[in-house]
Amino acid sequence: MRFIDEFRQPALAGALAERIKRWSGPPVSLMEVCGTHTVAIFRHGLRGLLPPQVRLLSGPGCPVCVTPNGEIDKAIALASNPGVILATFGDMMKVPGSYSSLAEAKARGSIIRVVYSAMEAVEIAQENPGKAVVFFGVGFETTAPTTAASILEAKRLGLKNFFFLSAHKLVPPALRALLEAGEVRIDGLICPGHVSTIIGSRPYEFIPRDYAIPCVISGFEPVDILQAIAMLLDMRVEGKAEVAIQYRRAVRPQGNPQALDTMAGAFQVGDAEWRGLGPIPQSGLQLRDGMEAFAAERHLEMKMRPPREAAACRCGEVLRGLINPPECSIFGTGCTPEHPVGPCMVSTEGTCAAWFLYRPGG
Amino acid sequence: MCLAVPAKVVSIDGEKAVVELGGLTRQARTMLVPNVKVGDYVLLHAGFAIQTLDEAAAQETLELLARMAEAGAGEA
Amino acid sequence: MARARVLLGHGSGGKLTHQLIESLFLSQLANPILKALDDSAVFSVDSRGRGTGRLAFTTDSYVVKPLFFPGGDIGRLAVCGTVNDLSMVGATPLYLSAAFILEEGLPLADLRRITASLKGAAREAGVKIVAGDTKVVERGSADGLFINTAGLGLVPEGVDISGSNARPGDAVILSGPIGNHGISVLLEREHMGFVSTVKSDVAPLNLLVAVMLQASPNIHALRDPTRGGLATSLVEMARQSGVAIRIHEGKVPIDEEVAAACEILGYDPLYVANEGKLIALVAPQDAPEVLRAMKESPNGRQATIIGEVLAEPRGKVLMATRVGGTRIVDMLSGEQFPRIC
Repeated sequence: MRFIDEFRQPALAGALAERIKRWSGPPVSLMEVCGTHTVAIFRHGLRGLLPPQVRLLSGPGCPVCVTPNGEIDKAIALASNPGVILATFGDMMKVPGSYSSLAEAKARGSIIRVVYSAMEAVEIAQENPGKAVVFFGVGFETTAPTTAASILEAKRLGLKNFFFLSAHKLVPPALRALLEAGEVRIDGLICPGHVSTIIGSRPYEFIPRDYAIPCVISGFEPVDILQAIAMLLDMRVEGKAEVAIQYRRAVRPQGNPQALDTMAGAFQVGDAEWRGLGPIPQSGLQLRDGMEAFAAERHLEMKMRPPREAAACRCGEVLRGLINPPECSIFGTGCTPEHPVGPCMVSTEGTCAAWFLYRPGG
Repeated sequence: MCLAVPAKVVSIDGEKAVVELGGLTRQARTMLVPNVKVGDYVLLHAGFAIQTLDEAAAQETLELLARMAEAGAGEA
Repeated sequence: MARARVLLGHGSGGKLTHQLIESLFLSQLANPILKALDDSAVFSVDSRGRGTGRLAFTTDSYVVKPLFFPGGDIGRLAVCGTVNDLSMVGATPLYLSAAFILEEGLPLADLRRITASLKGAAREAGVKIVAGDTKVVERGSADGLFINTAGLGLVPEGVDISGSNARPGDAVILSGPIGNHGISVLLEREHMGFVSTVKSDVAPLNLLVAVMLQASPNIHALRDPTRGGLATSLVEMARQSGVAIRIHEGKVPIDEEVAAACEILGYDPLYVANEGKLIALVAPQDAPEVLRAMKESPNGRQATIIGEVLAEPRGKVLMATRVGGTRIVDMLSGEQFPRIC
């Protein structure tokens, strides 16, 4: 497969691993801020290739994991209306809300359809004029342009039965909140490659500027990640703190202006609640003024009980890099992939699920 | 976040394209990459092409790494 | 029969049931044992003069959705799955039963087609379907239909194949590329708009196992990696035998389209179901001969050694990744869902 296999070449990975092993500085902690990076690191066994002084932490880069219970509760409440079809990405099906999950709601009779693309939800609305179709929009800046484009398409088609529930969140404000909290020592950031194809490199510039932490925007193949780590170590050696792009084939400094415009056409930035990080100002996307016709919360009933968090769940601390999953008292016992308590265990990119399935070997 | 894969554009019809990866094909919406051409590689995410891939940049990265690998082998 | 759909009455045991059995099932599946239509099938087991034989007996229910998928259907699956379960203990499969639970409203044309597949698979495997049952449930109580098959086979004397017999040093042989069944069913079921030529690999493996047993008496374990994929079967055997299994990522065969589908949907191919593949743990000195025999058999042409059995760490499966790392491979918990992140 083109652009995949070349970046999995053992010779290149081996050379980068050798280079990294020569790190003779003090121990460093590099945080990767993207669930897809967490999974890739585990799947390719990359941790075992790093010397002990180079430590990898997982940050809050899994949009499923940072969705608070209340937002899932809303989706379940909307789906429970007869006459509503809720469309969602597969990622959200098993995530527990306060009292239930979308998968359980579906088993109890709610009409919930898993889609690969938000555009499919628009098609479902066209095919079911007598139903209200609600799309549950989860994801960061990688996904938001696609849902925005779908909402604008629904508008262009004059659909009156298509609605949107947003749980979209933005990465740079969460990074700022994490760094401001200063709970964990971070010597370098591996930035999310696909979010950056949309937003470019400029939104990260505050990190080296205000916190003197180097950033490298990394692709997802093993060679990409190893190169990004090598670049961060080089910057530390040189005492440089800046934003560099490893993933040059996909990320331009200006990002994708068309995608950014499309997002602005459907969404505006607002405050948002993040599981584990709490409320972060200006960190979420909602339907913009003028698009109220598509707001599910405005037009459809949502009968809900007050949201609540599971008492023993420590997803928040995991997401902030404070603890590793095995330090959570219910990891692997009360909380497993079959019976997840928090989203970190459900999401295939959740740190807890990754630890559970892929425990570092070798 | 987030799963996006490189796929080759094999045909375009308005704002829809057919993209191919490993012999598998799917429709992808192209409104986020309006200047895309047949033969380009794009990143496919959730049914949309979200960016075009810069093949020259990919080549440069690979060549840089290959030279580094050779140099490293020389050193050892 | 002029009717086009299953009626609740077809399950009543009366005339309609008998008509259905005669005209649809018997007309395709007839053999002397089945035609007796008693409550149980009675037959002698001929151990061909090699002394008393041990019987292998298994059962499985098939609830796959959709009923028809590229490369097969629930009928073919119902025969192959049970034939393969018998083969994995080294038994020669002989007789199957087939019990149908039909949903009211199922088109009889579909049932006829599925029964034809059942018959074709049975012929391919050289087994007879000698007992059956039919029930009908109300609309909404079954996804079109469910099939249960039970299978009886004869274990040749001296054959002792079990997931608990693996020994350090054994070669791990895989009969062909992984992931075809799971991906083909998923793409067919979920209508996610992908166009692909991926077909289910559903096939009976008893003839392949027979040539393997001829090639070596030192085949310690066999397993067909169905639900849960290659990874889950390897973990099961590692635990049963108290050994470790190490596989090499670069040696595990996978068709390009299947790999591409897994990349796009975020699936790990190690966990995707197969219905026409087997894993064999073989004494190392016999592995080349077993491999040669497999490659001459229709369902083993792409057989290859993918790893080895180790003493430690007991009960664990490790994979040496293509880039030189190592990862632990665990069992799948629950389902994989297609994902975007």
